[in-house]
Amino acid sequence: MDINVLSAQNITFNYGSNTILNNVNLQVHKGDFLGLVGSNGSGKSTFLKICLGLIKPQFGNIKLFGTDIDKFKNWKDIGYIPQKATAFNQSFPATVEEIISANLCHKLGFGSIIKKENKDKIDEVLDIVGMKEYKKRLIGRLSGGQQQRIFIAKSLVSQPKIIFMDEPTVGIDKKSEAGFYDLMEYLNKSKKITLVMITHDFGAILNRVNRVMNVAEGRIFETDKSKVFSN
Amino acid sequence: MFEVLNYGFMQRAFMAGILVALICPLIGTFIVLRRLSMIGDTLSHASLAGIAAGMAGNFYPLWGALIFSIAAALGVERLRRSFSQYAELSISIVLSASIGLAVVLISLAKSFNADLMSYLFGSIIAVSMKDIHMISALSIIIILSVYIFYKEFLYISFDEEGAAISGIPVTALNIYFTVLTAMTIVVSMRIVGIMMVSSLLVVPVAASLQISTSFKNTMLLSVLFALFSVVSGLFTSYYLDLAPGGTIVLISVLLLIIIIIMKKIGSFSLSYR
Repeated sequence: MDINVLSAQNITFNYGSNTILNNVNLQVHKGDFLGLVGSNGSGKSTFLKICLGLIKPQFGNIKLFGTDIDKFKNWKDIGYIPQKATAFNQSFPATVEEIISANLCHKLGFGSIIKKENKDKIDEVLDIVGMKEYKKRLIGRLSGGQQQRIFIAKSLVSQPKIIFMDEPTVGIDKKSEAGFYDLMEYLNKSKKITLVMITHDFGAILNRVNRVMNVAEGRIFETDKSKVFSN
Repeated sequence: MFEVLNYGFMQRAFMAGILVALICPLIGTFIVLRRLSMIGDTLSHASLAGIAAGMAGNFYPLWGALIFSIAAALGVERLRRSFSQYAELSISIVLSASIGLAVVLISLAKSFNADLMSYLFGSIIAVSMKDIHMISALSIIIILSVYIFYKEFLYISFDEEGAAISGIPVTALNIYFTVLTAMTIVVSMRIVGIMMVSSLLVVPVAASLQISTSFKNTMLLSVLFALFSVVSGLFTSYYLDLAPGGTIVLISVLLLIIIIIMKKIGSFSLSYR
């Protein structure tokens, strides 16, 4: 039996007296490229944070790869590119290599020395995002688009099976944005990575995603791609 | 010049000073990058309350300092979760409580004497063998902890949310890191003094940030700057009969100013352009 990569069951989340999510259900299947759309304040980011275990819902449960999120241990299978990923402290004195290697904590063991096999892995993901020659650069010295690619490489280095993205193209230019979506499509089709992406700019990825979920009035429901704009 | 090292008290001062110069930047790098520079002041004032408690209760003051500063560190971390949008507020609350407690305990102990002054401003002659044992034990714990959790601390400093999603036990490590900071304060206060211990946590790091090319490089340069400041500061304070804490901090600030000026005139930058 094919286990769902993500299964959200009866999720209800209240913020004070406001109901943000009301008995929400969602199943994400292996290989999906799922777009989550909805207006500001509709609860998209809250839902994503619940899926990642950063917020606990009042009711309902989340299963990742068939395991209840409270018992889930294989976090290396999960990638995450946050909203405003590039809004970090730009003077942080770490190189691209150091930032990416941080996401290999579970494999690197003690100390600050990176083994050859992990160095190769870092080179490989930098190659995928086209940033290999920037390995020794300070992360703060790169452009917004380049930093976004480094964050993708960071999430790829642990070889995730699913990547969650929360409006990942906010703050980057149009050219970098197109390159970003090309890369996501490549990762989904060639590397078989399941993708869940929150976005406002649905026109840009409409032809790339295979499923569209609409978040509105505390509910999430599947939408026919062709009807996204008419809705 | 080096004949001063024949004196037992100077040997102890240098042993303690070198350990302080090693551990302050190791912890200070993470403190500065997490924008928690004020935590040094807060925990040092908590340790002052512990020193006063030790004097009032007639037990080894560094134990009092360690217990009070760890309690304050845990308090900061607990309040930080209650005021997640105002991290600096938790530090201010614990700082106020620590100063109040220290003043009350000092008045209770009626102990505003030379011994207390040596804790406030640092002292070369006051470092005992008992102090050296405690400083060495805590330094080993701190150095080993930074070595073991280097990547985790780096990841949390850069992106706490990302670190949590990658499976790092962020809350537990934050608490542990704050306890390590408290230990660092206790280790440093004998030489640098309570009033100036936070400077040694941040000033060498500020200097290295001007010219560093990587995180590891930042840490190593900070240690080098701190070692230079402590060793030259101890020699200077001995020969000119100055308070060691103030001398060490002034040298480290001078070093920072020189590096900023040299960087400005473009003659000294290791950074990529």
